[in-house]
Amino acid sequence: MQTTEIFESSVFFGVFISLASYTFGVWLKKRTGWALANPLLVAIVLVVATLSLLGISYESYAKGAGIINYLLTPATICLAVPLYQQVALLKKNLKAVLCGICAGVLSSLVCILLLALLFHFDHASYVTFLPKSITTAIGLGVSEELGGYVSVSVVSIIITGVLGNIFAEKFLKLIRISEPIAKGIAIGTSSHAVGTAKAMEMGAVEGAMSSLSIVVSGILTVAGASIFALFL
Amino acid sequence: MKYVIQFLIIAAFSFAGELLHHFIPLPIPASIYGIVLLFTALELKVVKVRDIRETSAFLIAVMPIMFIPAAVGLMDSWGAIKSSILEYAIITVISTFVVMGVAGAVTQTVIKRGHKNADN
Repeated sequence: MQTTEIFESSVFFGVFISLASYTFGVWLKKRTGWALANPLLVAIVLVVATLSLLGISYESYAKGAGIINYLLTPATICLAVPLYQQVALLKKNLKAVLCGICAGVLSSLVCILLLALLFHFDHASYVTFLPKSITTAIGLGVSEELGGYVSVSVVSIIITGVLGNIFAEKFLKLIRISEPIAKGIAIGTSSHAVGTAKAMEMGAVEGAMSSLSIVVSGILTVAGASIFALFL
Repeated sequence: MKYVIQFLIIAAFSFAGELLHHFIPLPIPASIYGIVLLFTALELKVVKVRDIRETSAFLIAVMPIMFIPAAVGLMDSWGAIKSSILEYAIITVISTFVVMGVAGAVTQTVIKRGHKNADN
């Protein structure tokens, strides 16, 4: 039996390499403090490098690592807990929160329409990017429904999330967004669950508002994207 | 047993979310229905936070790891995006920061205006 076959037939290799890479990413971040040493980004690069080096296909990696994916739905649902714990704050700032999320969703759709016109995208490429700021699970469905390139949508959604996860803290400071509620809304609306993981680290209010934004902006984008799809 | 019951509750909401996803013909995933259902149950005190505290905290803490497999899938779609990579990169990066800026600024402005009105 060749080495590659051992890895390909292993049930736990995918989970092991994912956890090991992420742990290394956390250690590297702690050690260096670099923004680019984002544990998720480090883990993605390490896993891709390891698979390429050992000649293991994505398919056989995903077979084992799929168990991690399986937990995504229950984990996302648990975001209701921080949301519930901050509900008083939400009710008090309901108007600001809704205005912020609506403005964010609209700016996303308008921004993508303008850039798509600038780059002379065809309809399929254009609708591919319409759901790029919302959570992968919804974005995938929207892209498919509108006739976009689904795999490209997924790539763009993940990169958007990672960008938010890495740069949100610095960017928000730069443009003087200091209110914790506004920070959470900004992160959740622009970079969905991957960004929310960062918002959770920043604070309980940021995390709860960011989780709320995933739900609201996801639903608004489902409606908004189908209207914007008619424009190009 | 504590963890079994906690995970049972979370799994029940996941399943309920899946059922809604199955019967409602919208591109909204099961997890979003699940969040709304669990939030409603917490608000109505049908479920209390302490019933799911440790397990939900664990799942949220390890959530970033769950995005690794999907992201590694970029390996397979690389061929399809190579030719337009620059445009795709620009649109992805610019729109991310535009949305973050607009959503944050609008929220902060409305909150501050609220405070000012309250002071007057």
